[in-house]
Amino acid sequence: MTDLTLPKTAARSSDEAAAAKRARMDLISAVVRYSLLFGVGFLMLYPLIWLVGASFKTNSEIFAGAGFLPESPTVEGYVQGWQTSTPYTFGRFFWNSFLIILPKVIGTAISCTMVAYAFARFEFPLKKVLFGSVIAVLLLPNVVTRIPQYILFRDLGWLDSFLPLWVPSALAGDAFFVFMLVQFLRSLPTDMEEAARVDGANSLQTLIFIVVPMLGPALVSVCLFQFMWTMNDFLGPLIYISSVDKYPVSLALKLSIDTTEAFEWNRILAMSVLTITPALVVFFAAQRYFIEGISAGGRKG
Amino acid sequence: MAQVQLKNLEKVYNKTNKVVHGIDLDIKDGEFMVLVGPSGCAKSTTLRMVAGLEEITAGDVIIGGERVNDLSPSKRQIAMVFQNYALYPHMKVRGNLSFGLRIAGRPKAEIAAAVDKVAEILEIEPLLDRLPKQLSGGQAQRVALGRALIKNPGVFLFDEPLSNLDAKLRASMRVRITDLHRQLKAEGSSPTVIYVTHDQTEAMTMGDRICVMQAGHIMQVATPKELYNAPANLFVAGFIGTPEMNLVEGAMEGGEFIMGSQRLALGSDLASRLSSQPGNAVLGIRPQQFSLVSEGPALQAKLVNAEFMGHEVYMHADCEGRRLVSVVGAAEFEARGQSDVIRLRPDPKTLHVFDKSDGRNVSLHGGSIAA
Repeated sequence: MTDLTLPKTAARSSDEAAAAKRARMDLISAVVRYSLLFGVGFLMLYPLIWLVGASFKTNSEIFAGAGFLPESPTVEGYVQGWQTSTPYTFGRFFWNSFLIILPKVIGTAISCTMVAYAFARFEFPLKKVLFGSVIAVLLLPNVVTRIPQYILFRDLGWLDSFLPLWVPSALAGDAFFVFMLVQFLRSLPTDMEEAARVDGANSLQTLIFIVVPMLGPALVSVCLFQFMWTMNDFLGPLIYISSVDKYPVSLALKLSIDTTEAFEWNRILAMSVLTITPALVVFFAAQRYFIEGISAGGRKG
Repeated sequence: MAQVQLKNLEKVYNKTNKVVHGIDLDIKDGEFMVLVGPSGCAKSTTLRMVAGLEEITAGDVIIGGERVNDLSPSKRQIAMVFQNYALYPHMKVRGNLSFGLRIAGRPKAEIAAAVDKVAEILEIEPLLDRLPKQLSGGQAQRVALGRALIKNPGVFLFDEPLSNLDAKLRASMRVRITDLHRQLKAEGSSPTVIYVTHDQTEAMTMGDRICVMQAGHIMQVATPKELYNAPANLFVAGFIGTPEMNLVEGAMEGGEFIMGSQRLALGSDLASRLSSQPGNAVLGIRPQQFSLVSEGPALQAKLVNAEFMGHEVYMHADCEGRRLVSVVGAAEFEARGQSDVIRLRPDPKTLHVFDKSDGRNVSLHGGSIAA
């Protein structure tokens, strides 16, 4: 008996030693990996962290050092920045941004879905040429169409209104989104749509009841991108909107730099923080849909 | 009344690629018709033309006496079950079942009653509030079947509905579908079924009649028994039956079949049906029609391999360089199959002789072999 148990115990203890060594190595490797990740992440995020920290500093402290912790935190920048140098508060500009974004996002989602559905599922004359032109528009730099577009909207009498910002999107003017949805649709099996046709649904009913729910994840990202881009769009409003009472936040930020002789940097930074907040909130809220959405497509046995 | 007629049906893709070559097929009211063939034989394309999911290049599809070429799928009194189930992923089972009725704008009470009835028939009541992704393959297939059933159509179209299921489930679903068809017939609604499959077991067990297709042509339309006993050509002979029929090339001469150095008398019955003209032919022998003999006229072959299947043994033998498969009872194998050289005697009544040049079964109705 003893002969048998002895080597066993020895083997077990050497096993345990190996296991303990492995656990120790795992721990060390985890510590190294995470500190590296944390270090690089912090480095990348530092400008953003500094922005938030600096928005609570006084004007004189902002340029005193590169640290992000304010010595004597103050919300003065927020209070005065919100008032702006115009008759309107920053709330008004946020409202304007909202008025531009909401119709634009809805218009984009509806129009791009319909156009993408047509390209992905139907045969019609000149389809290839038309799709080719969509791709061509995608590759075209925005700058080249600025002047013709401006002249067009001027002649329509749409200057200093939100229409030049809304209408192109509501007519599926954003080729990128059309392309993205077409690609997504092509990856979806057509069986469900055929089943719907056999069930008696017409093309529009199939689109609304079958295709749109399956497109969900792609549509969420379309809306998200359009929201971010519109929120951050500076050139569009700059060109088409001239009255201050219609300025979105992107223009209003520039306003506070223009009109004051000595820049109140803490106000500008405070308002910058407020400006990026909605985008961040929306992004983190919608992140979930990205992850769970992709797997919700068709099922295979 | 829903007999289905295909008249000279053709399908051409991209103007040059002809995949269905003028099919004529009459399917009787209430009949269970199976379209079977190897993959790429255009059986699914044919079904999709009947469904209205594929445009018809030429010819007519007639359902219940009405030409439906230009009608949308929903107006053709059809319902279809897809290979991948094609359940709407975002709707619960209840929603999937009722979608067609809701689109048609039926009253809510009627829809609920119809859903309950179908769920009861298919035993899917506990699943009504689940999403498709929460169903197993067999359950999903039953829901897909329910979605077809709820429409009470004149014609059921099945597009390889069981090929995504495992073997055991496939066997039980096979019985379930034929049972359902029989039940509906007994209730008097007598729906016609067109069932597409590449699996000849499914075809043989389910069909009232079977239409064997190859490369866009119909090879033979017949009952399962007739297909097995009287295949019209080489393709059907090789396609129907497991293990496959032995097809041996050789020459016909004076009522005997000659392969290499061996001669096999075909029996007076078969010989009298064939012209005495000599020619190249293919002899078809079902593996089950061989018996192991110790003496008398037979084909001598070298035993290469024996697969033990329980009550029977599949013997693979080499006969003058040709592979012969025979199925014999386990006891018979024990008694006479142990030597290296075995003697296989085919039952002369079940032999088939095919013309080598065009594949016709010339032993069926009497015919000559092209010289």
